[in-house]
Amino acid sequence: MEDGRPRLAVWKFASCDGCQLSLLDCEDELLALAGAVRIASFLEASSAVEPGPYDLSLVEGSITSEHDARRIREVRQQSKYLVTIGACATHGGIQALRNFANVNEFIAAVYASPEYISTLANSTPIAAHVPVDFELQGCPINKTQLLEVISAFLAGRKPAIAPHSVCIECKQRGTVCVMVLGTPCLGPVTHAGCGAICPRYRRGCYGCYGPMESPNTAALAHEWRALGAPPRDIRRAFRTFNAMAEPFLKESSAHGD
Amino acid sequence: MATRTIRVGYLARVEGEGALDLHISDGRLARAELRIFEPPRLFEALLRGRSYIETPDIIARICGICPIAYQMSAVHAIENAFGVTVGGQLRALRRLIYCGEWIESHALHVVMLHAPDFLGYPDAIAMARDYGDAVRSALALKKTGNELLRLLGGREIHPVNVRPGGFYRVPERSEFRPITEQLMDARDRAIDLVRWVATFPFPDFERDYEFIALRHADEYPFNEGRIVSNRDLDIDIADYDSEFEERHVAHSTALHSLLKRRGAYLVGPLARYALNFDRLPAAIQALAAEVGLADGCQNPFRSIVVRALEIVFACEEALRLIGMYERPEEASVQIEPRAAVGFGCTEAPRGICWHRYEFEADGTIRTARIVPPTSQNQLSIEADLIAVAAPLVSEPDDVIRGRCEQSIRNYDPCISCSTHFLKLSVRRT
Repeated sequence: MEDGRPRLAVWKFASCDGCQLSLLDCEDELLALAGAVRIASFLEASSAVEPGPYDLSLVEGSITSEHDARRIREVRQQSKYLVTIGACATHGGIQALRNFANVNEFIAAVYASPEYISTLANSTPIAAHVPVDFELQGCPINKTQLLEVISAFLAGRKPAIAPHSVCIECKQRGTVCVMVLGTPCLGPVTHAGCGAICPRYRRGCYGCYGPMESPNTAALAHEWRALGAPPRDIRRAFRTFNAMAEPFLKESSAHGD
Repeated sequence: MATRTIRVGYLARVEGEGALDLHISDGRLARAELRIFEPPRLFEALLRGRSYIETPDIIARICGICPIAYQMSAVHAIENAFGVTVGGQLRALRRLIYCGEWIESHALHVVMLHAPDFLGYPDAIAMARDYGDAVRSALALKKTGNELLRLLGGREIHPVNVRPGGFYRVPERSEFRPITEQLMDARDRAIDLVRWVATFPFPDFERDYEFIALRHADEYPFNEGRIVSNRDLDIDIADYDSEFEERHVAHSTALHSLLKRRGAYLVGPLARYALNFDRLPAAIQALAAEVGLADGCQNPFRSIVVRALEIVFACEEALRLIGMYERPEEASVQIEPRAAVGFGCTEAPRGICWHRYEFEADGTIRTARIVPPTSQNQLSIEADLIAVAAPLVSEPDDVIRGRCEQSIRNYDPCISCSTHFLKLSVRRT
């Protein structure tokens, strides 16, 4: 089955399917991509699954079961490069809110027969289990950035993904700062990549791209207080889609509920 | 007694992952179990203690393919609890964004996930080598749905613009100009799509389903209506619990929904179509008649044609709504939280998505319940599998497996929504 093209695989763990859907959402590029790489395993799109090894594995979702903890090690063994796509794979996702609670109580709140359910107490990112070559942040990821990451790895270069904050994207677009207008915003500490959508839609950024490089979350929390946000709102803002990302975890823990 | 077991890894071309077990005993199909064992993400638990205002953002993350369905059911439930009604152009914009999701989700399923079954390809990319125009046209359709979502929602996956009471920002009339042309083009493509998929080879298979869908006084349903069936059911969405129950079975991390009095039922395009045919515009009814669906459709394999018809409808409806659009002065209606219970039920691409929330006085969620479409279809899927596979038991495993996978895909199952994993095995004893 070898034809010289690099072999791409897409894997799903605990997630909403949205990040791998980003690949199918590349309506203008999908057929060209499928010509440039061999899509060797992508269950959401194809029933033809080829065995490894793979040149590049894209991994969506977090680890929440023993079975998946074993499966991600197998994926790593089969993959030359492994890239996580999205907040679940990179930081544990929204389902990591269980990490702050008793998982058995959580299960009992959803299921009539909790004994049928087997899941781990914590939702953990892929990097907690295996070495990861690159983490693409976002809930969901940006499809243009995804194509850049795929191209970069296949060309053997570093992906050109800017590590700055959403603020820079607002400035680049000429969007008026919503904080100046009195709306609390996570933009100053959040990783760029979405294109600063929320401020363009007249709301504050809610941090779905996770922390930027070296964010000053304490200074931002101080600003939020000055705008009248209660500690509970600050805690919840940092504790949502990327709750286990270190800087966000630290900041959310500093504010009461 | 000989025992044969086939395993097919994971079921492909569905959203999420699951497994199917077929038990064949003495040459007779004894049982079919759709096993959904993707680790649960426990949304109903993690929503507790969160504010009503963050709910649309959090709830979207249940599903990357139909986030609008979750956002819409949630905002209606929130407004129901707090005694607010959203009407006029804000209501119209909600229908419009839902049109975008139907176009995007249906186009993805019809051509990228389901059509390869009928034409004998593992995926749409392989299919594109022989049916390049059809695949490119479907991608253009899908892109139009996504652009509508981007315009109204900010982005296509997990849109940011939906809030309780309406939107954060409403577009100017002029912003609709580019998408209007695309939608006219998409409508033509969708009509061609209906005619094309209607020519597929369909297994001769029908079942007498109990169809469940929303029914509205004068619209094909998206956001509002009563829950009705083709038997005698006609209830307010708040009375869901009096007629339906969710059961937790050992082989699944998705709860099974069933009618207390009659058991299995079917939601989604076939049900909407059966119960709301008279709400479709005359031109779409005529198109349905042209492809032989004027008298309804009880063949689940032909759901692909109904989905394509619903794409035509969604394009048509989007154009109508845009034509009547006047920018509302306020982007959202004022909301005052109170201690209350609220219900929401809307038509996700895959069928009704029912939510119930109990709020504290400050709008904090005390309890949440979410019934996604796929868990409601699970019993029907299993019943279909038994009916589909029973006459095939003497065939090789590959034949049975292929037909069963195709049957599951008739439902466009969103296993991520209902929780989740498909591993197909046939056990012969």
